Amino acid sequence: MDWTAIALSVRLAAIVSAILLVIGVPIAYWLTFSSWRWRFLFESIVALPLVLPPTVLGFYVLLALGSRSPIGRAWERWTGHGLAFTFEALVVASVIYSLPFAVQPVAASFAQIDRTLLEASATLGVGRLRTFLRVVLPLSIDGVLAGVVLTFAHTIGEFGVVLMVGGNLPGITRTVSISIYDSVQAFDFAAANRTALLLLVFSFASLASVYALLRKPWAVAPLS
Amino acid sequence: MSLEVRVRSRLSPRFQLDVAFTAAPGTTIVFGASGSGKTTLLRLVAGLQSPDEGRIAIDGRVVADTGARVHVAPPERRVGFVFQHLALFPHLTAAENIGYGLSRLPASERDARTRAIAASFGIAHLLGNRPAAISGGERQRVGLARALVTDPDVLLLDEPLSALDHETQSRIIADLRTWNDRRRIPILYVTHSQREAFALGERVLLLRGGAIAADGTPDTVLNAPSQESVAQLAGFENLLDAVVIERRPDAGVMVVRLAGIAVDLETPLMSFEAGQRIRVAIRAGDIMVAAEHPRALSARNIVGGTIGALSRQGAIVRLEVSVGVPIEVHVTPTATAALNLQTGRAVWLVIKTHSCHPVSAV
Repeated sequence: MDWTAIALSVRLAAIVSAILLVIGVPIAYWLTFSSWRWRFLFESIVALPLVLPPTVLGFYVLLALGSRSPIGRAWERWTGHGLAFTFEALVVASVIYSLPFAVQPVAASFAQIDRTLLEASATLGVGRLRTFLRVVLPLSIDGVLAGVVLTFAHTIGEFGVVLMVGGNLPGITRTVSISIYDSVQAFDFAAANRTALLLLVFSFASLASVYALLRKPWAVAPLS
Repeated sequence: MSLEVRVRSRLSPRFQLDVAFTAAPGTTIVFGASGSGKTTLLRLVAGLQSPDEGRIAIDGRVVADTGARVHVAPPERRVGFVFQHLALFPHLTAAENIGYGLSRLPASERDARTRAIAASFGIAHLLGNRPAAISGGERQRVGLARALVTDPDVLLLDEPLSALDHETQSRIIADLRTWNDRRRIPILYVTHSQREAFALGERVLLLRGGAIAADGTPDTVLNAPSQESVAQLAGFENLLDAVVIERRPDAGVMVVRLAGIAVDLETPLMSFEAGQRIRVAIRAGDIMVAAEHPRALSARNIVGGTIGALSRQGAIVRLEVSVGVPIEVHVTPTATAALNLQTGRAVWLVIKTHSCHPVSAV
């Protein structure tokens, strides 16, 4: 078993989940409660990774992070090395790729909250941020947990974007799914099978925990 | 302390709320059918909605003024709002719900105030329970306590007791009156229940189609309507076409003749001319039924008729008595049995002068 790749994937998924928890929850809040008329455009952008081929997404992320782009050049000046084909690039790409998996379960559980609870909170002299922390978040904690679990699981299993942006550098960008691909290319089916089975079991366990949290059997996550 | 409201708000292409009034300390009942704009009025005062045009001042403090582009956010308005479905926080205990608006206070003072108001509303024993674990009447008290404990400058109640039985309603109304006797702030109390209006109101604003149709004591607004739609709204089952025959200012009465039949009724004197076509509103429960022609009665109106239909609805029996026109009468099941009331039987209806309310025909 390629433990290096597994450790790398877990580290990547943990970092991406943490980042998406921080930025996904505010995005979900805004998507749920904003009355901006062009909101649907932003919703579409957030959901785009669901339908876009990973290669397309990876390609544009690669361009955006490459040494010819402003982002890539700024990164180079700051750190002294390029951004493409690094672990950091994987993080950036994965955050974008997993965004809908973090945002949609959270937005769905926000949407189920009775709006008069928020109005009651306001008339009791409590502002929006404190209302969010004391009412919205506690009442949608299952959705937030579901978002974290789905993000984690989705990041563990991603392949196309990782390959485009990170390549296949052992210990740096070779994730579990790429390791499986490598094993198959090398006709090491036994190794491929072990890792694949591990991912299969893990994915099932993740989804089972999400459904247990949400208890809505037919709403196939991510909820759109 | 007072509440000044002058607002205009278009809610749909065909409906506009347009009201102006000043509410003094004490309870002002906002009475009206559903869709008359009652809830919207409360939401405008609380700042949950903005008026298209107008000005709202609480105790002289302007909280909304479209001309000056003032819109004070709900948390800064110092209003207490009891929502129709209460909107208690389901994940918090009764104590946490009540103390929710006191989060700026130190924990010890918050606890003390929560306990004090819970004791005065008789819910001290269930402070540790979540809303799902307590009864409807108790929840109502938690909702009231939560709104009152913050010491608001104005209290807004949106049909707060409509889901409760009469006994619980009466007890909560008594508690609210006691509280209001100590803290003299304006209370806007939305309801479509006459019982609540009479029990609480020092003043009734009758809202119809987004406008104030009548303004006065519960007695004048709800008992002596001057327009037919008001009568319908206040639950008069009988609206009879009539013509004024004679005015007797010395006795404070007038005589009207029901249209198409030779039946005269004595009614209170109102500003209608002799010969004018009017309507007479009579509540079905204000009419007595006699099995024989009664004699030596103080009631001035005794009308003979025949029972055309009879149906029992819960604790009342609904009679349709034809006196030339059908008149609806409500009696008790025991009276029905004692008088042997049945379809086809001849009876006499007894109606006091002041149970006949003349209203304009248009």
